[in-house]
Amino acid sequence: MTDLTIDTELVRKILTGFIHTEITRSGFSRAVMGLSGGLDSALACFLAAEALGPENVLAIRMPYKSSSQDSLDHALLVIDQLGVQSLTMPITEMVEPLFQRFPDMENRRKGNIMARERMIILFDQSEAFKGLVLGTGNKTEILLGYSTLYGDSACALNPIGDLYKTQVRQLSRAMGVPDVVIEKAPSADLWLGQTDEGELGFTYEEVDKLLFLLIDQRYTPEECVESGFPADFVRSVIQRVRRNQFKRVLPPIAKVSNRTVGYDFLYLRDWGT
Amino acid sequence: MNLNIAMVQLNTVLGDVEKNLQKHLEYIEQARKGGADLVVFPELSLTGYALQDLAPTVSHRPDRSDPVFAPLLEASRQIDIIVGFVEEDDRNRFYIASAYLSGGEVLHVHHKVYLPTYGLFDEGRFFAWGDNVRAFDTRFGRVGMLICEDFWHASLPYLLWLDGADIFFFTSASPGRGITGSVDACNSGRLASAVWVDDINRAYAGLFTSFVVHANKVGFEDGLNFWGGASVFTPDGEQLVKGPEYREDLVFASLDLNQLHRTRARLPLLRDERVALVQRELGRIIDSRNK
Repeated sequence: MTDLTIDTELVRKILTGFIHTEITRSGFSRAVMGLSGGLDSALACFLAAEALGPENVLAIRMPYKSSSQDSLDHALLVIDQLGVQSLTMPITEMVEPLFQRFPDMENRRKGNIMARERMIILFDQSEAFKGLVLGTGNKTEILLGYSTLYGDSACALNPIGDLYKTQVRQLSRAMGVPDVVIEKAPSADLWLGQTDEGELGFTYEEVDKLLFLLIDQRYTPEECVESGFPADFVRSVIQRVRRNQFKRVLPPIAKVSNRTVGYDFLYLRDWGT
Repeated sequence: MNLNIAMVQLNTVLGDVEKNLQKHLEYIEQARKGGADLVVFPELSLTGYALQDLAPTVSHRPDRSDPVFAPLLEASRQIDIIVGFVEEDDRNRFYIASAYLSGGEVLHVHHKVYLPTYGLFDEGRFFAWGDNVRAFDTRFGRVGMLICEDFWHASLPYLLWLDGADIFFFTSASPGRGITGSVDACNSGRLASAVWVDDINRAYAGLFTSFVVHANKVGFEDGLNFWGGASVFTPDGEQLVKGPEYREDLVFASLDLNQLHRTRARLPLLRDERVALVQRELGRIIDSRNK
């Protein structure tokens, strides 16, 4: 019931097909993406290089002064292994003036600003490189809302958003992402010593199994508890998923007319292509 | 007697009927050159699948005065054609429809009866449901057509079988899903939904000792993937051909219609089917529900 094992060859075929089709049908042939040195963006980069050819992928490293050297090194490993185009754009000098304006700014605000600064760079390079911005958020992160709205979640298309973190690991292994990237502790690297699992308070292994039951298998909270998950854990995860729904939808438009975008003006983005 | 068919695993331009029509005419010509007697296009092949508010703007009427059907009907003088489209009836209801064209005429139109409106599907919001299912005669014998969700309900293939269909033409725009789960599907290189469709089609072929032909769309629409994998199952429940998955392609198959004789001589399920019993029991069940 909680076996999240995927058929990696099949998923690889679908996701590379998705990237290629959705970028080319809108008249583009290239992709732009942030490469953090972490696993999600590494996998997205592998998929994009395979889908579009490495010469059509621009991977951008955007370190802040406190970013770990490992992050930069690991991103470079991926760039070198794939032969994708790359750019390094330190964000320190861009965000520092805003930080200094509010001397008591805490980590969360700074982290959000950094994530949004990176978004600005990606979408600017999207224009310059004539490529669409590839998202790198996974299903676990999207469900838990563990991202910055209009920051790291901003993209033109997302190939890995329906894969749980543990499935991202499995596909990454199959595609040859460097071991060191797969095995290190996941981190947003927004401040020193930050890790996802430390901040969230549980491991991806645990929460993925729970989310798989709740979301994919439609278990009730009670059934999850009966399946062996601690009641507090189940409750807190459900609350997290619910409270972060706002990050997963477009802002609601107040309906006053007979036909309103989002309610009764319904077209796929692929309309006409 | 052999029936040579060609199944088109078509990728479509969403909502652009003119572009899709050109592809149809090209594939029809290729199928004809390849020796096919009949070419089968998937569900909504002239329009693409996830139409939403595009539905009323891409509708057509299957007759000679229609600019899209005129060239298709002309082409059907050379080769029979099954095509998927949105039909607007004379009271302006919109249907997901399949038309069988032959000898310059429309032999039959099927309106999709079961419109999935759950999960990722929202067809009931945009379309009217069809209200009948009929087998019909072609130059290759009596056949029936169903569209995607129609054959997820066992009653419709069963009715076609009783109505005389020996060949079932199923067409789909089936969004692929399911990358974990059943032992069968996992690591077979196939999606759970694709395995499931082939399983039920094999079952229909075997249980109804008939041919089942399935043509499915390929490509992406936003995040939805369509897997193709056209297939034919024989009256023995054996897979005759299997098209590639995730690739636009024209898949040929030659159906030895004499197999119907051989299989039904061995396995007289049709002969032994007790239709009156079914009717009697259905009547009882419906009556008891109404009490």
